[in-house]
Order: sequence, then C-alpha cells, then structure tokens
Amino acid sequence: MLRLEPRAEASRLMSYLSPVLAAALTLIAGMAVFSALGKDPIEGLRLFLLSPVKDLYGVSELLLKATPLMLCAIGLAVGFRANVWNIGAEGQFMLGTVGATGVALYFQESDSGLILPAMVVAGAVAGAAWAAIPALLKTKFNANEILVSLMLVYVAQLFVSWLVFGPWKDPDGFNFPQTAMFGDSALLPILIEGTRLHAGFIIALTALVAGYAFMNRSYTGFKMRVAGEAADAARYAGFSANRMIWIGLLTGGAAAGIAGMSEVAGPMGQLTDKVNLGYGFAAIIVAFVGRLNPFGILLASLLMALLFLGGEQVQQYMNLPSSISMVFQGLLLFFLLGSDVFIHYRLSFSRATA
Amino acid sequence: MTQPIPPAASTPPRLVLKDIRKVYPSVVANDGVNLEVTPGEIHAVLGENGAGKSTLMKIIYGVTRPSSGEMHWEGKAVTVDSPAHARELGIGMVFQHFSLFETLTVVENVALALPGKPDLGELAQRIEEVSKRYGLPVDPRRHVHALSVGERQRVEIVRCLLQNPRLLIMDEPTSVLTPQAVRKLFETLRQLAAEGCSILYISHKLDEIQALCHTATVLRGGRVTGHCQPAEETPASMARLMIGKDLPVCEHGSSHSAGEIRLRLAGLSHATADPFATDLRDIHLDVHAGEIVGIAGVSGNGQQELLRAISGEEPLAEKFPVQILGVESGRMNPGQRRKLGMCFVPEERLGRGAVPGMSLADNAILTAAKSQHFVSGGFLAFWRARAFAENCIQAFSVKCGGASAAAKSLSGGNLQKFIMGREILQAPKLLVCAQPTWGVDVGAAAFIRQSLIDLRNRGCAVLVISEELDELFEICDRIAVIAKGRLSPPRPAAETTVEDIGVWMSGLWPGSELGEPHATPSAEVSHAPA
Amino acid sequence: MDASLFSSMLFATVVAGTPLIIVALGLLVSEKAGVLNLGAEGMMAMGAVAAFAVTHHSGNPWLGVLAGMFAAMAVALIFGFLTLTLQANQVAAGLALSIFGVGLSAFIGKPFESIALPAVPAIRIPFIADLPLIGEALYNQQALVYLSWALFWAVVWFLYRSRAGLVLRAVGESPASAHAIGHPVIRIRYLAVLFGGAMAGIGGAFLSVFYTPMWVEGMVAGRGWIALALVVFATWRPLRVMIGAYLFGGVMITQLFIQGSGMQLDFPAQFLSSLPYWATIIVLVVISRNVNTIRLNSPVSLGKPYRAEG
Repeated sequence: MLRLEPRAEASRLMSYLSPVLAAALTLIAGMAVFSALGKDPIEGLRLFLLSPVKDLYGVSELLLKATPLMLCAIGLAVGFRANVWNIGAEGQFMLGTVGATGVALYFQESDSGLILPAMVVAGAVAGAAWAAIPALLKTKFNANEILVSLMLVYVAQLFVSWLVFGPWKDPDGFNFPQTAMFGDSALLPILIEGTRLHAGFIIALTALVAGYAFMNRSYTGFKMRVAGEAADAARYAGFSANRMIWIGLLTGGAAAGIAGMSEVAGPMGQLTDKVNLGYGFAAIIVAFVGRLNPFGILLASLLMALLFLGGEQVQQYMNLPSSISMVFQGLLLFFLLGSDVFIHYRLSFSRATA
Repeated sequence: MTQPIPPAASTPPRLVLKDIRKVYPSVVANDGVNLEVTPGEIHAVLGENGAGKSTLMKIIYGVTRPSSGEMHWEGKAVTVDSPAHARELGIGMVFQHFSLFETLTVVENVALALPGKPDLGELAQRIEEVSKRYGLPVDPRRHVHALSVGERQRVEIVRCLLQNPRLLIMDEPTSVLTPQAVRKLFETLRQLAAEGCSILYISHKLDEIQALCHTATVLRGGRVTGHCQPAEETPASMARLMIGKDLPVCEHGSSHSAGEIRLRLAGLSHATADPFATDLRDIHLDVHAGEIVGIAGVSGNGQQELLRAISGEEPLAEKFPVQILGVESGRMNPGQRRKLGMCFVPEERLGRGAVPGMSLADNAILTAAKSQHFVSGGFLAFWRARAFAENCIQAFSVKCGGASAAAKSLSGGNLQKFIMGREILQAPKLLVCAQPTWGVDVGAAAFIRQSLIDLRNRGCAVLVISEELDELFEICDRIAVIAKGRLSPPRPAAETTVEDIGVWMSGLWPGSELGEPHATPSAEVSHAPA
Repeated sequence: MDASLFSSMLFATVVAGTPLIIVALGLLVSEKAGVLNLGAEGMMAMGAVAAFAVTHHSGNPWLGVLAGMFAAMAVALIFGFLTLTLQANQVAAGLALSIFGVGLSAFIGKPFESIALPAVPAIRIPFIADLPLIGEALYNQQALVYLSWALFWAVVWFLYRSRAGLVLRAVGESPASAHAIGHPVIRIRYLAVLFGGAMAGIGGAFLSVFYTPMWVEGMVAGRGWIALALVVFATWRPLRVMIGAYLFGGVMITQLFIQGSGMQLDFPAQFLSSLPYWATIIVLVVISRNVNTIRLNSPVSLGKPYRAEG
C-alpha cells in the first residue's frame, strides 16, 4: 500500500524542489489540455513557452510583464510571512495607478524632473492607504483582512471606472473611457532602445533586494517570521501582533501601488478602465511559488510573465481564449500546494498490517 | 490503605499482548512488549514520560495500529482497527487529554461515542443512573465548557461505563485531581474491579500504583523492563525498574533569609475577554530575592491567566497590580517587563516558548535579542545569537544536533532545558516558570529543579506554578494555592503538608470566601465563568 | 412607495438573496466540519458556466443545474484532496481554487458569450400567491427560490436534530477527539467539502440560467466572497444566513432600482454599485468587533489541517 509517512524533519531540499516539480506538472497538464482541445501539444507549448522569448524584444516584454508581478509579490510576501493575508493587491495596484495618474494630470504641462519621483510616492501612498483600510479594521475590530481587502478590489475597480468615465475623461479622447496621455516628464525612461522595458524594472529589482534585507536580516523581519510561524511565541516574546498587521498590509499596499504607477507611467502612458490585468491576483501565486523568498519571487515572476505572454500567443495563433493563462496559473498553484506535501511527508510502501 | 488482593487467575486472561512493536519515523515507541491482564485485575503500566505507555494504550484501543505483534482478547486473536471496534469488544478508554467537545452538552458528548442513534432524553437518564451507582456525579444537560477538569474526567468515565466495558484504560487520570479526589476515584475503580472489570492504569506516580494496583508492568524506552506486584515493592525499587537507576535527589541547600521584594502582586484582578477562561480575583503575593515561591492548584483554576498577567502577554488596564522590581508594570508588554530583569518560562514549549520550525539559534533571538545585544541598527547579528545558543546547549547539557537544529527535533526534556537555559543565562533578577518539568524525563526534571534551586541560591527571586505537588514541596520555600481565580496566602513549605495543600486546592483555606475547611463532597472547583 | 413598487422590490430582493443563501448554507456546513474553503467564487463560476453550457445545448435548465452542481463538486474535490489528503494550507488552496475556477470558467465560457437563454418560467403557488403585497413577490418565484427555503430547513434539521449533524459539529470542534472516539474525520470533511461545492454550483447555476440567463466572464462578481462573509456575519447560524442574504439582496436591489429609476441624483452610478461591497465590509466589522461571539460560535478547528496518526 502506498502511503504518506511524516518526515522527522522538514526537507529543505524538497522545499526548493517543490516549485520545480509544480512547474513540470503544470507543463504536463498543459500538454494534456492542448491535446484535449484538439491542438498539437508540442506546438502549444512552443507557442506558450518559447515563442514569447525568441528574440531580444520578446525578452524585454517578458521583463516588462514581470515588473509589476515582482513588485506586488515582494510586498505580499512580507505580509504572508506573518500570516497577514492581503489578497487585495489588485485593488491596491489600481489605487496606485490613480495616485500616479493624479500627479501626472495635475502637472501635465510641467517638465520638472521631480514629477516621476512624486508619482512613485503618490502611487505608494495611495496603495498603502487602500491597504490601511483592512489593517485598521483588522486591528481595531478584528475584521477578517482576506474578505475586506478583497471587497476593496471591486470598489477600486468601480472607482477607477468612475474616474475615467467621469472627471478624468480625456476631453479630446472621443469619449473613450481613458485619461489624456501623460506628458514625457511623467513617463518612465526606457531602458533598452526599441523596446518598452522601462525603469520600473530597476525599481522592482531594488524592491527585491530591500525585501531580502528586511525579511531575512532585520529584527522586524524576524519578528514577522515568528508571528507567522507561531503566534503564541510572538506574543510570549512581546512582539506586537497589530504592528505586524500594519507593516504587512502597508508594505503590500505600497509595493502594489508602485507597481500600478509603473504600469500607467510605463507601457500604458495613461489611465483606462482596463488597467487591472490581474497582476495583483497573479502576484499571490508568484509569492507562493517563489516560497516568499525574494530570489524565488524573481524566478516565479518570470515564469508567471511567460504564462501571460503565452496566453496572448495562443490566442493569436491558436484561436484559444487568453484566459487559458489563468487556468495555467491556477494549475501551477494547485500543483505547488500538492507538491509541498513532500516537504513534511515522504511516500512509503508499507504492507498493510492486517 | 487497604491491601490490594490479586484476584484468582483461574479464568482465561482478558487481554494478552505478544511482541507488540510500533515504529515511528524517528523513534521506536514500543518494542517487543508483552502484557497480560486477567478479569477483575487492576494492572499498572508504569514508566516515565516517553517510555511508550500512551502509544501502547492507543494500540489496544485501536487509535493507532502496531507495526507488528499480536493481541488476544478473551482468548481470541483480534485486530482492533478503530476505537469503535474496541468499544464493541468491550474496551473503554479515559484519555489523559480528554476527548470531549466543549461546545456540546454532556449527553451529546456521550451520544457521540455510542453506536446507533440513542434517544437523548433516555440517555440522560441512563447517565444519571450510572453516575449514581458509581459515585460519579455529573449533570447530563450541562455544556462541557462549563465543567471543571474533575467533572470532565467523570464524564469520560461515565461515557465508558455506559458501554459496560470489560477492560477500562485510564491514562494518567490523577494529574488533574486533588489528593482527596484521587481517593474517591480509587474507590470507584476498586468497585469496578470487584464487579469483574479489568483496569489498565497508566501512571508514573509510584505511590498511587502501590495504593491501587494488583500487578504492574514497567516500560522503559519502549521495552518491558519488568513485571512486579506493587504491594511487595518499595517506591525506590520500582523507580529503579522505571529509570534504570536510583531516583536523583536535588540538593536544596539552606534557605536564605528573604531579600528585597522582586515581584509584588497587589490586588491583581482581571476579567478576561475569553469566555472559557477564569477571572482573576484580588490576588496578593510577594516574591523576594533568594526564595522560590510555588503556586499549586488543579489545572484550569486561573494559572494560565495569572501567568499571562505577570508575563505581560495579556497586559492589564492598570499599572499597580503587577510590580516588577519596584516598578508598576501592569500595562507593560512582555518586552518591557523583560527589560526590568524578569524572565519567563511558559508551560507550552513548542509554539510558545519556542518556534517549532526555527533553529535553536533563532529561538535564542526570541527572548534574548535585547538583553544579549543581538540587534544593531535594526539588523540582527546572527553570529551572536548562534554563540549564545551554543553556550546554552553546553551549559545545560542539551542533547541536540547543534545550534542549527530545529526546536521541534528536540525531545521534550531537552527543549525544556534549552528554554530554561536561555532564560537563566540572561541572568534574570526574577524568573517566572510554569510547569517546569511537565512531560520531562526524570533525569532532565532533576536537572531543571536543581537549576532553579541554584538560581535561587544566587539571589534570584523564583516563582514556580506547577500542578505537581511533590515537585513544589521538593524545591519551594513557600507555597500558595490558586483556586477559582483566587490565591491563598503562602505558607512556608516546611510547615505544611501535601494533605493541607490538597484541601486548599478545593478553594478552602482559612479566610477564603468559601469559608473554613470542612468536609464537602466532591470538593473541587469549576472553572466556568461565574 | 406604492404597493407595486414594494412588491417588485421585494420580489427582486428575494431573487438576489437566493444564490447567496444557497452558497452560504453550503459553506456553513463545510465550515462547521472545520474546513474553510475560500474557493467559493471559483466554484460558483464553474457552476455558472457549466450550467449555462448544458442548458444551452440540452434546452433543459434542470440538467444545467445538475451539471453546475457536479462541475463545482469536481473542483471542490481538488480542494478537498489538497487540504484533506495532502494537508495543504486551506487559505492558499482556497485562493488557488478561486483563481483557477474563475480562469477556467472564462476559458470554457468564451464561445457562449453573447448568447441568451430563454427565461425559465416561475412557479406560481396557488392561493397564497394571491395574497396582497407579498403574494406575488414570494410565491410566484423560481423553483430554486423554494429550494433555498427547503435547503434552509434541511440544514437546520441536519445540524441540530440528526446524529450525523452532531458528528459533523464534533469533527469541526475537535477532530482529534472525534478521531479518538472513532469517527472518520477525513471522510466526514470530504463530504462536507463536497456539499459546499454542490451548493456553490447550484448558486452559480442560478445566476447564469435563472437570474440573468446569459454568460458573461466575471458574472459571479464577488458573490462567492460575499457568501463567505455572510457565514461570519451569521456567526455560523443558518437563520442568520437567511436574514443576512436577504439584507444583501436588498442592498443590491435598492441600488439597482435607484440607478434604473432615472432619478436625477448627483451621485455616480459606480458609487451606488459599490454599495454591496461596502455593506459586506461594514457587516464584517460590526460582527467581528465582538471577539466573544466569534469565539463562542466559530468551529474551533476551522481552517486547521488535521491528520490522523497511525
């Protein structure tokens, strides 16, 4: 009989291998999905995984997509480590786009070099402020942060929609739900000529390094780890649970806000009602697949970006809905959670003791 | 004490175990265990913590499957694959950590363990009959969360008796009872045995086994190290069978004259937000430098709440009720109190005293970060924590895989030595310690008690809260009793007896609100909110 | 307000509350067994799309409801396997289920967008439907509305009157104790998860086949999450689930009626549309602030993985 047997100690090796195993299983499942749809599975995978990165432009697009994922995920990881379940990064991302857009529109005529930094700050503050609502309600009233942060995603969506249909609608925009295009001084500089890769990527890498220093080296990061692994031990040690909640949510909100800023000041150049592309939700998967670890998040965000690009490719060449990439994202997380069982258990063949 | 009489062994044995072996990934819990119980026999299974007693009982009751070995029930080979099956055979078990459901009523709890769909009204009547017959008063309509620990145990026993068991397993039943309640329980058990029911009695308390049991099987390290008739043994000879050597004795040293007051509880009252917890009422206590004060009591009488109030895990609304080294600190958090020179060893080691998945070095950071200067500029100097942990491992002879070993990989005794060491090496002026040797093997327990005495001899004030009376009498200079959230005045240990303290544990001490001690039936304390 | 407006608002409120009742009662049962399934949104989406597809192809809405139920149970089974057999974190697995279900439903539903189904006729209950004011609103309704009422009584009876319900509550309170006295904890939790999935599937089917008989990506619009919040709001009691669901239905309908009434309000439509979400947040705050009610009523082992030793 095949059965699971607890390991004496958690396997460190498996905790790194598990995401790889999950990615491999997702590939296999992906091929099965393509076959089931009557498509050539090898061709499907080629389109999904290789064709998006066949040239420098493709790679730059991959990094461009990975940028907001990285930013959102590193912010979420800080909270997740302390068991603060902010799943409203999508809404905080949208508030970030609003904050940054506000600055860009207000100073549309200016060409000051301070506009971009001001947009970053505004995006971060707006995202953090949105995340402060669940933090406040959790610490003051014990309201579940999962549900509150999630409800606020829907509210944020409606808020953006109101802005671009209403007060911020571009007067010269033929009544499309979008703002005016930002001025040059409100656009992030391009890193590689001829691509869309912008300075937001550098901000994201910096955030990963800062995240590493905070989570793995600082005393506060240690406290948050303790709070996540054993709440009673954190209380015994005197680490304030409320502070962990605030730090977790505000960091997540600020990072998602900056990600939103880098979208509107990067590839979009304006705010539209189609600003939410699911980065905030996908970042949850990135954070888990990356093991809440900055380097892992870097790799996972690239994988996830590939899934996004691959979805566009198969839509274009195979005539499949691009939502297939969401299916793969969900599968990836399922497989990860399933593979994780081997961190604490191993398979054993045991004779049934009859 | 009535001398136990072994029953006639003419009938076939009720239960026979042959070569039982149970292997867990990291440990062999039982190895080649043989055991025989005859009808009407009270059979002790004796062994210290970790000897494999509980595993063996779970195997008999069908909770766990053995890796190999045979079990014979009334002459027939059987495989017990579930507790339900065990109950069908006529085996009942009273667990050490009760298997009751707090939000359900007594009768619902009983119904859950019975086969079929019993009618609750009728069942309540049967419960009352059984409880009357065996002197186990229970009210079938009450919710379990409103019952005291003693009452809960009676519910468990009644639940077993309703199924007319022919073998009753009792797992460490007396750890939650006052000495007086223990005697009542023994009467019930003797009555059952006289009616022909066999009893397997699991304990590590030698005096109880001598008083109650006809025969005993001794386990050490998962193996049987001997069979004996307790009446013919001395505690010392049984102890040798149990631990393989003589019981270690602590060097108490002379009691010092009391120094300055290090901890003062000045009318500490606290109503907790938790509906299942006990409210603390007007608690007064002084702990001086150079003394060990013990607080005795049946579990669930406010110990947890008192400890949280002293440690700062549950800060109070006012400052004055808790004074640490002369500072009114009722509203301080645990970190601030630690800065005043207080250290604290909690009852739960894994998950509270230590983070299970973290290394010992990381666990050193948990409480020693500030006092041992592991933090500079907001960042951690991990090498300092590691050095401190290594020092602690050596000084307290912690058996482990080094400072990087995960806390959960240590045995209970070794982890407790590490936590104790972590707190003591910070040179506290006041140490508060809960259940210092709960679930710890005899050797480690002696070591820990000696460390506490040494700490006192160095002038530290020590407060120990324990449910083990023997332990308190061994190490304390003064002993107080907590009952129903109130604290008795402390008495010098040398001037009091286990018997007195036992009466006090029912809440009956001179001057207590419940009045002078007098004979009350089932004198014990409910921890339901009033 | 005139009588006909009242009647039609009451009618619409009952309709809007119905999927919430069905889904939340299902979640309530699985939470009573100790399983927190945050995948309600995904299960509803799967139920909605499967029900739509089957109804569209077969022309039979009841086959559609069955299909929705089974589709949601299938994804609930994935969740059960991960959390119950493989011991995965319930929060993470629930999130995964939500993402996966919403994604897969969008993928499956692509060909069905911009198709409308014929409306399913209501069932009129003779005599009482003629009652003034409330008759038309309450007793000339979709069959699933009546089903939601029956479901309510069934859940109450099951949880508080049947032995199986007693066992289920015991498992949710202390799986270790339940195991020790011989109840199959994992099997019971599987059944509870499947029941939660089945109800979420029916709730989703109600949306796409009866409520607005068409398929639009994202049409569940957070109702799965609102149902989860409702269970907390109800402090795990079925009657309060029912009341809460109709309150929410009322909020949703009121804002729709105001938007549709053509009243010249100086108030953007988007703000009105966000009312149900704000209402959810406010309700959570009001209920959660009393730690005691939560502590006394929530299943003790909720969200904690359990593994039987042996």
